[in-house]
Amino acid sequence: MVLTGAEIVIRCLQEEKVDYVFGYPGGAVLYIYDALFNQDKVRHVLVRHEQAAVHAADGYARSTEKVGVALVTSGPGATNAVTGIATAYTDSIPVVIISGQVPTAAIGQDAFQEVDTVGITRPCVKHNFLVKDVRDIANTIKKAFYLAKTGRPGPVLVDIPKDVSAHKCEFEYPKEISMRSYNPVIKGHQGQIRKAVQLLLEAKRPMIYTGGGVVLANAAEQLTKLTRLLGFPITNTLMGLGGYPASDRQYLGMPGMHGTYEANMAMHYSDVLLAVGARFDDRVIGNPDHFAEEPRKIIHVDIDPSSISKRVRVDVPIVGDLKEVLEEMIRQLEAGAARPNPDALGAWWKQVDEWRSRECMKYKNSDEIIKPQFVIQKLWEVTGGDAIVTSDVGQHQMWASQYYRFDKPRRWLNSGGLGTMGVGLPYAMGAQLANPGAQVACVTGEASIQMNIQELSTCKQFRLPIKICNLNNRYLGMVRQWQQLFHGERYSESYMDSLPDFAKLAEAYGHVGLRIERPADVEGALREAFARKNDLVFLDFQIDQTENVYPMVQGGKGLTEMILSAEDL
Amino acid sequence: MRHVISLLIENESGALSRVSGLFSARGYNIESLTVAPTEDASMSRMTIVTTGSDDIIEQITKQLNKLVEVVKVVDISEAAHIERELMLTKVRATGKDREEMKRMAEIFRARIIDVTDTSYVIELTGNQSKLDAFISAIDPTLILESVRSGVCGVGRGDRILKV
Repeated sequence: MVLTGAEIVIRCLQEEKVDYVFGYPGGAVLYIYDALFNQDKVRHVLVRHEQAAVHAADGYARSTEKVGVALVTSGPGATNAVTGIATAYTDSIPVVIISGQVPTAAIGQDAFQEVDTVGITRPCVKHNFLVKDVRDIANTIKKAFYLAKTGRPGPVLVDIPKDVSAHKCEFEYPKEISMRSYNPVIKGHQGQIRKAVQLLLEAKRPMIYTGGGVVLANAAEQLTKLTRLLGFPITNTLMGLGGYPASDRQYLGMPGMHGTYEANMAMHYSDVLLAVGARFDDRVIGNPDHFAEEPRKIIHVDIDPSSISKRVRVDVPIVGDLKEVLEEMIRQLEAGAARPNPDALGAWWKQVDEWRSRECMKYKNSDEIIKPQFVIQKLWEVTGGDAIVTSDVGQHQMWASQYYRFDKPRRWLNSGGLGTMGVGLPYAMGAQLANPGAQVACVTGEASIQMNIQELSTCKQFRLPIKICNLNNRYLGMVRQWQQLFHGERYSESYMDSLPDFAKLAEAYGHVGLRIERPADVEGALREAFARKNDLVFLDFQIDQTENVYPMVQGGKGLTEMILSAEDL
Repeated sequence: MRHVISLLIENESGALSRVSGLFSARGYNIESLTVAPTEDASMSRMTIVTTGSDDIIEQITKQLNKLVEVVKVVDISEAAHIERELMLTKVRATGKDREEMKRMAEIFRARIIDVTDTSYVIELTGNQSKLDAFISAIDPTLILESVRSGVCGVGRGDRILKV
């Protein structure tokens, strides 16, 4: 069948079973939009800014096991998308971005709305393509989806010049893709896995540390089974929340800068550390020199060999798909008679429980002023712990990760790696479209939400009943916290003056807005919001301006040098 | 430590900037980089001379391997290997310098490949230190211009980089 390039693009998306494309039209993609118009399999979601298109596609991918898709025009359309692309890249999220480009004859001529999209995005994509011939479109899009979701996932961009989308050729979608230069390792090395299992069985102070890779590899079930089989303490990073049930006894909470005392102490003083799909980020282990002080054996399982021994020296590297590797570990454990030494493990748990008894997550509640931790606890109760929670970046992000307990994967969506303010609402859009029946809550702050607040308009158009929980402290809260602690209380530009009335703003966009000022009204407001099944409700919580996120490990310090509360200062 | 990394990469536009971009983005050092298509026109071979600790070199090879277009990567300086570089030096050659320059070229087994009344162009191949030695052996005031290729390297004997 002879089709135009634009029609081929849409046919490819249909072949990939794409149900939603998040995008914004423009000159260079007009043929593609025309082709979209003539079909109803691929639905287009018109966002109000291209950054939100990529974030929404990213949120869609994070909340499902599918690839998110965004469509933007050339020049400013593509540059607006870059923050979204970099966000997905840092957290290894499978997204395919299709961008329009000026006609091939105009490339390099400084044409209207021309930018070197492939050049600009090169450092923040897994791979990108410029398609110069209509006959290459189908093959390239097939490759893009294959690259985005296999191996270590990531964003892949396909740049298509306008004339190429107008040219015609015979359409046939390739069934298989093989690239001689791209062969991700799936099966872990048998010998290495045997060595790892042996180490785990001999461990006296074992600890399991897992990251976003567990969620991406859909390996939560295998991780839970292995952890229970071993009886070891476990911690999930910010990106790994929900990879292991947070309400389980073996779970110690999150590690790192705002992690729990028990998780950080157990990480630091462990003698064998099993790292799964986690990359020893600076926000997790603090100063790598301090981390290296305590001798321990590290087993590191990751699909990406370059993540292994990048920040810390690893004793047993295992490259492979986490699901496969964990399954093999379980198989070997179950086949063998050996079990972890109960005496050593008992003594270790006694120590861990002693750390836990510090109750580092305690906070002082108030009848007078709303505490952010209290809002999140209530959100957890009201939603039965089963909502998809998206967050922006800042103090509210940390409170949400600390006080909402995630028992399942793909319930917690946030920008862990790049730390992009403004992701919360678009993530919620992607998640709500992908999971129409789900309760979706966006935990945000008054600064973050204003970075993509125009998307309230998109939410109206597509009737997305998201519940926005704005923890409004009239400050760039995390900036204010650091200025208080490390910059002599000089609050340079962290105060948010002239805030809008968010409740009225939400109403202006056609939604429901609530302003909550007293702790006694928090639960009622949340219940009312979630009872409104068809409405977007913007809950503007006026919270304590001075509240800080604790516990805290200062940047550059070691994991054990924690500030547990304001009294420690 | 100085390392010579050889890689095979798909012969596609933008492939070189992916490699050079990786080095600049991650703060790795490139001493020299040479690239040209191989006998298989679909593939180019690159030789990169870089310096760094063992950890850094390990990361460099891992990161290069991660690039979708990179087919194979080896650190050829891990074992016996041969390195060559090409230098073209244009020198002033008048009067007594004319004979002297010819003699120096002979000693270094260089070739004079262009001759005018006043100048020679001397072609010299060898490893870096041989080329350096030639430059320091001749009178620096006679050098009109000089151009060197990057290093090109290959493993000795059975060590073959091929798909």
